Amino acid sequence: MNVEFTVNGTAHTLDVEPNTLLVDVLRSTLGLTGTHVGCDTSQCGACTVHLEGRAVKSCAVLACQVDGGTITTIEGIGTVDDLHPMQEAFRECHALQCGFCTPGMIMSAIDLVERGEAGDEGSVRAGLEGNICRCTGYHNIVRAVLHAAQRM
Amino acid sequence: MNDRNTDTGIGAAVLRKEDRRFITGFGRYTDDINEVGQCHAVFLRSPYARADIGEIDVSAPLEMDGVIAILTGRDMAADGLGDLPCGWSVKSKDGSDMISAPHPPLASERVNYVGEPYGVVLAETRQAARDAAEAVATDFGELEAVVVLKTATSSEAIHEAVPQNRCYLWELGDEQATDAAFQNAAHVVTLELTNNRIIPNAIEPRAALATHNPASDEITLYTTSQNPHLARLILSAFVGLSPEHKLRLIAPDVGGGFGSKIFVYPEETTVAWAARRIARPVKWAADRSESFLTDAHGRDHLSRVELALDADGQFLGLRVRTTANLGAYLSLFAASVPTYLYGTLLAGQYRTPAIHVEVEGVYTNTVPVDAVRGAGRPEATYVVERIVEVAARQLGIDPVELRRRNMIQPDQFPYQTPVALVYDTGNYQASLDRALDAIDYGGFPARRAASEAAGKKRGLGFACYIEACGLAPSQLAISLGAGVGLYESGEVRVNPTGSVTVFTGSHSHGQGHETTFAQIVSDRLGVPFDDVEVVHGDTGRVEFGLGTYGSRSVAVGGSALVVAADKVIAKGKLIAAHMLKADPAAIDFESGEFSVRDSNQSLSFGEVAFAAYVPADYPEDLEPGLSEKAFYDPENFTFPAGTHIAEVEIDPQTGVTEVVAFVAVDDFGEVINPMIVEGQVHGGIAQGIGQALLEHGVYDDQGQLITGSYMDYCMPRADDLPDFDVDTTITPCTHNPLGVKGCGEAGAIGSPAAVMNAITDALGTEEITMPATSEKVWRICRGD
Ligand code: FES
Ligand code: FES
Repeated sequence: MNVEFTVNGTAHTLDVEPNTLLVDVLRSTLGLTGTHVGCDTSQCGACTVHLEGRAVKSCAVLACQVDGGTITTIEGIGTVDDLHPMQEAFRECHALQCGFCTPGMIMSAIDLVERGEAGDEGSVRAGLEGNICRCTGYHNIVRAVLHAAQRM
Repeated sequence: MNDRNTDTGIGAAVLRKEDRRFITGFGRYTDDINEVGQCHAVFLRSPYARADIGEIDVSAPLEMDGVIAILTGRDMAADGLGDLPCGWSVKSKDGSDMISAPHPPLASERVNYVGEPYGVVLAETRQAARDAAEAVATDFGELEAVVVLKTATSSEAIHEAVPQNRCYLWELGDEQATDAAFQNAAHVVTLELTNNRIIPNAIEPRAALATHNPASDEITLYTTSQNPHLARLILSAFVGLSPEHKLRLIAPDVGGGFGSKIFVYPEETTVAWAARRIARPVKWAADRSESFLTDAHGRDHLSRVELALDADGQFLGLRVRTTANLGAYLSLFAASVPTYLYGTLLAGQYRTPAIHVEVEGVYTNTVPVDAVRGAGRPEATYVVERIVEVAARQLGIDPVELRRRNMIQPDQFPYQTPVALVYDTGNYQASLDRALDAIDYGGFPARRAASEAAGKKRGLGFACYIEACGLAPSQLAISLGAGVGLYESGEVRVNPTGSVTVFTGSHSHGQGHETTFAQIVSDRLGVPFDDVEVVHGDTGRVEFGLGTYGSRSVAVGGSALVVAADKVIAKGKLIAAHMLKADPAAIDFESGEFSVRDSNQSLSFGEVAFAAYVPADYPEDLEPGLSEKAFYDPENFTFPAGTHIAEVEIDPQTGVTEVVAFVAVDDFGEVINPMIVEGQVHGGIAQGIGQALLEHGVYDDQGQLITGSYMDYCMPRADDLPDFDVDTTITPCTHNPLGVKGCGEAGAIGSPAAVMNAITDALGTEEITMPATSEKVWRICRGD
């Protein structure tokens, strides 16, 4: 079936199977491999992207469900020379190690700040509950989100 | 050190080079890489914990759309591929060799754990391969499975060659001296301990992509490995996949390892073999369910521990009997983890004069158990630090005071322990003192009273751990049964324009070597940090390597780079001497300048680099070029040590344990990048708290893994953890050029014991096992 959507500002019309996941379209069809897959039960959050500006787990969304939608992935929020404040904060606070959870974590964190739910440590910790990181122990991720919240 | 390097040299908290790609989505992990014409692999896996494989009917699935081939263990055996080996051999106390059960990459006759692969479907899409795998009809003859560790040695033998399912019965230490110590003891403290099975769960699942070039007969395998050279060596020398020079392994960006990506697994092996067999690139990426079922698990010990003390609380003897679960087969490091990486650490930070440990390594019908972050050392720390805390409670001595009475004193180094190690240096009192300040030990009674007033229970727990890192002096390791040396290689290649490319056999999968190693080389050579590039993880580019595990990268891999950089300086002096017409012995090198002593003549590093490649008038004995290699073999292990303190508050109404404070003061020797070191400690603590409170790999009686997804296996999340209070003290390692000890595992080593000591302190009972889930705690609070 045909779906039309915009990813990082570029419009696409694609022929997808009814059971194709959004994450597979992003990674395999569009080559946007910054969005990762870390689980098969919609728990880890490595696949988090923005749909209409809100964080969604792209492994839990069918491609056909986003017909007409606007999607932003990690590749669409900033560039190496012009980082998003959240990207910058992750680097400055050493909020990543292996980097695998990082794109999803950054996308969730941006949404958290934009929803006004990143006011203090407790709310950031609660707000990131849907994203698992095995490397950092979250300490520096929480610092980074609070830091970025000041600048966004 | 010159001015430029204070921002980026050794000791500076330099922001990481690698982050630029990771935060923008341009990391390149194995599953991000695709080859033209690739097909997809999905494995046929055993649904039973133990079964004979009968007929495998692939006729229907072979007809399905997009299916290319279905290969089984029988095809692999017919091609002559060998077994996956264990890299360490351990002897039993009676002198006999351990019994290694044959481990074919794909099972052909019998499967021995749920999820064990016995075949692979290759198809145009992953979905087609999945559908076809489901359509394969295999006749299994189900057999009784051996799942329970406690009774495994009295159960039916899993492998014909292994009576009583016992791989080895290993011992270390002086049994007679230990018995004598117990006879003279004023107090004997006894404890039964379980070290729970954990599942490593790097967030990137394992993956592989293989291509075979029929003209050159070369196989290239992209894979999620912590040590691609060692994997290549094993695949060529033991498995017989292909000659070493025809096999290139590339471990690109790797999303965490924690031990689980050290080992050579069936799936990666099969993908490489299949690519040649069907003449197509083959790709496989595990889904998380496969990770749970097939990544090597960790820990899983049952121990009985006895500590003998005199009337003053001096430790006289320690006796430990441990049963260690090895799973169905011996994974690559499996034999060494519960023996040499465990028994040798049982002296801890103490002067216990007599220690005897016996470890029974046992097969069960579960996935292989191998190294997970800390590997043997968290288990040893758990034994030592739990029994010391319990002894303090039983003797009515303050737990800090009891530890102080028994600690090795700073002037007693080097210290020979009764369990084979010589600690080179340390100052355990210094890290203990710092940690006590940080937690405000004096204020604890008031905090406890406040909790009690609010209907809560508060506890404080200590762990004064030691670990042996920087694996390892080759001669010692080989004498203890290692199959390879444990040196590391490094190469410092100076380019004609003066920039530097560094090649290391260490592998970074989160540790930040591209930054730390660049700091080391930039500092040594006086070249700008940004002009140093670090290359790792590719057998086609890096000469050799043993990879990253056991907190060895900076201590061994970093030291190799120092030696190589020093050779570059020595060669540079020859070139400078020639250019300046001076005696080489009169050339000094400092801060990136070669100068003639007592003169104003000098050349910059860049000028010498350029001259090295433009040898206009070199004398015969001066070779062009400026690139040097080193293999660094450490003299000894390094011995990071420190004190971790956990403070918990328990709500008896819900059983929820909150870690309200966690202090870690570690002595890692010199620190290259304090920001990265702190991050390593944070991550380790999170895993240790996870083990203590949340994580447990559980099989049911039939050998089905019942914690096989993130719905059932509780990973620590942001709101399960506190902020950590992390600090370091420094006694430089005495035997490597950087004075470093290693920091990757400490967090996971000290924290489980600290947390459990705190919980048992709060609850007033020792009768609770890890993980101390809210249900277990709640039941104890209710008096169930
Ligand atoms: S991949 Fe884990 S939540 Fe989507
Ligand atoms: S940085 Fe590795 S999982 Fe988060």
